Amino acid sequence: MLEVRKLSKRFGGLQAVRDVDLDVAAGSITALIGPNGAGKTTTFAIIAGFIKPDDGRVRLAGQDVTGWRPDRIAAAGMARTFQITQPFAALTVAENIRVGSYLRCRSPAEAMRRARSIGEELGLGPQLDLAAGALTVAGRKRLEIARAFATLPKMLLLDEVMAGLNPTEINEIIGLIRSIRDRGVTILLIEHVMQAVAALSEHIFVLAEGAVIAQGSPQEIANAPAVIEAYLGKGAAERMQRHA
Amino acid sequence: MKRAIVIAGITAVALAPFAFNSQYLVNIAMLTALSAVMGQAWNIAGGFGQMTSFGHAAFFGVGAYTAAILQTRWGLSPWLGLPASFVTGGLLGGFIGILSFRAGLRGSYFALVTLAFAEVLRVLANSLDFTRGGLGINIPLKQGLANFQFHNRQSTYALVLLMLVLTTGVAMFIKRGRFGARLVAAGENEDAASALGVDLVRTKTIGLATSGAFTALAGVVYTQTYLYIDPSIAFGVERSIEMLLVAMIGGAGTIAGPILGAIALHAVAETSHFFIDAPGFAPLLYGATLLVIIGFLPRGIAGLGARWSRA
Ligand SMILES: Nc1ncnc2c1ncn2[C@@H]1O[C@H](COP(=O)(O)OP(=O)(O)OP(=O)(O)O)[C@@H](O)[C@H]1O
Ligand SMILES: [Mg+2]
Repeated sequence: MLEVRKLSKRFGGLQAVRDVDLDVAAGSITALIGPNGAGKTTTFAIIAGFIKPDDGRVRLAGQDVTGWRPDRIAAAGMARTFQITQPFAALTVAENIRVGSYLRCRSPAEAMRRARSIGEELGLGPQLDLAAGALTVAGRKRLEIARAFATLPKMLLLDEVMAGLNPTEINEIIGLIRSIRDRGVTILLIEHVMQAVAALSEHIFVLAEGAVIAQGSPQEIANAPAVIEAYLGKGAAERMQRHA
Repeated sequence: MKRAIVIAGITAVALAPFAFNSQYLVNIAMLTALSAVMGQAWNIAGGFGQMTSFGHAAFFGVGAYTAAILQTRWGLSPWLGLPASFVTGGLLGGFIGILSFRAGLRGSYFALVTLAFAEVLRVLANSLDFTRGGLGINIPLKQGLANFQFHNRQSTYALVLLMLVLTTGVAMFIKRGRFGARLVAAGENEDAASALGVDLVRTKTIGLATSGAFTALAGVVYTQTYLYIDPSIAFGVERSIEMLLVAMIGGAGTIAGPILGAIALHAVAETSHFFIDAPGFAPLLYGATLLVIIGFLPRGIAGLGARWSRA
């Protein structure tokens, strides 16, 4: 579904992304992990058209989308969420989601109906008519997913949608992500919450200092303790093994 | 119920000037309604799309000159001035929009660009023969409906009221539709909007062009009422500030805002004449009013209404 080749981006003296290759199989859940500042969000931003790469190609479902504007990439079927949530604060939650619905739907009433039903599905039912600015962290994360999902994507890029949530909330989001995948949406997610990565992903890419240093199934990654210890800190490998 | 009372109240206020004997008062009512038209038009760009223009006089002036030049140079009916100005105002909005938004300008940078456009147009109008330079253009007095010149201010007021109904209707239509939702989204958060498939340059440019087109209509009415236009009347910064104030005082981004704002601004300005009538006092007053609004009512008078109805 997604094929990334030799992606590179330099910010001044910092090589934020270097020669990154990623493959995400259609219908899979794939994770992109790595320490803070590894270049994960930058990689997402390039894939989704927000940052122009210095080098490399991005193909979505066989189509070369390198350098396309974000709105064209969204229209082509790839949606992203933001690590730092970006709600339309003055709009209600339902209106926020409706902006996403409008990508595939012209009628305001139908777009609103779809938005509310997606909101309900993602557990935002009671908040639908509140101002989005008033949501809690967990609510905002859900809104990010709901809005992106409302564009009816083939592929969803989720950037740390579990950061700052408590274990109950994390379990709920894990369930939501699974159900979205079961509807045929391919998922690439960035996550620091190892419990979630191990529970969800079929394939993992490990990024450090801008480069992919390992990839494989959760077991394989868990069994590469050197990599894990070096880049995720002491004990991470053991934690992953426990959850896998 | 509340809605019915509000609508009845607005209708009564709007129709009252038809019962006035004083042409002076009718003139104030007409200018208030014209401010509301401009505020409503400004609001489409500045309120919905948060493209805070400091130079909307550019559109007003282009509308005024389009109508003036069409009839004095080519002898065309002044009524043609309305559609022609709608087009020139829209084109100017499209032009400014494409230039600014392609370059990613927003916020105060965009405000400065619009201000600069209005100033450049003022200087051009001042120096070109085509616009009769600083002399301005006199429209020959020939009263009659066919000439779009009314002896009676009430008739002008009726026309402006009709325009206000039209622009308000258009604003409501935009706000409720898909385009409006995407325009608001682009104004609120560009990254989030484009991630959801909103073409920023296109959406904002169409918003600015629409706003410019309706603002230009106000310029036509102004020209036909006072039968004279010159570069500073047309493109002066006071006009730009007036539109911005009307929308912001009333509540930017709301439908009722520009109407409430126009009434409030003109009420304050007119009553203050009785107490202080020094030149330069009006701008001072406008400035003070804006500060008060920003300080105490960031969402304008309409925001106050919303606060009450929630309480
Ligand atoms: N626009 C930018 N200009 C300059 N440097 C940047 C920019 N965006 C990111 N960086 C730098 O690039 C590096 C990679 O950042 P990025 O946000 O991609 O990391 P990340 O893997 O998402 O980290 P985290 O887990 O903390 O979210 C960091 O050192 C960051 O400071
Ligand atoms: Mg990040």
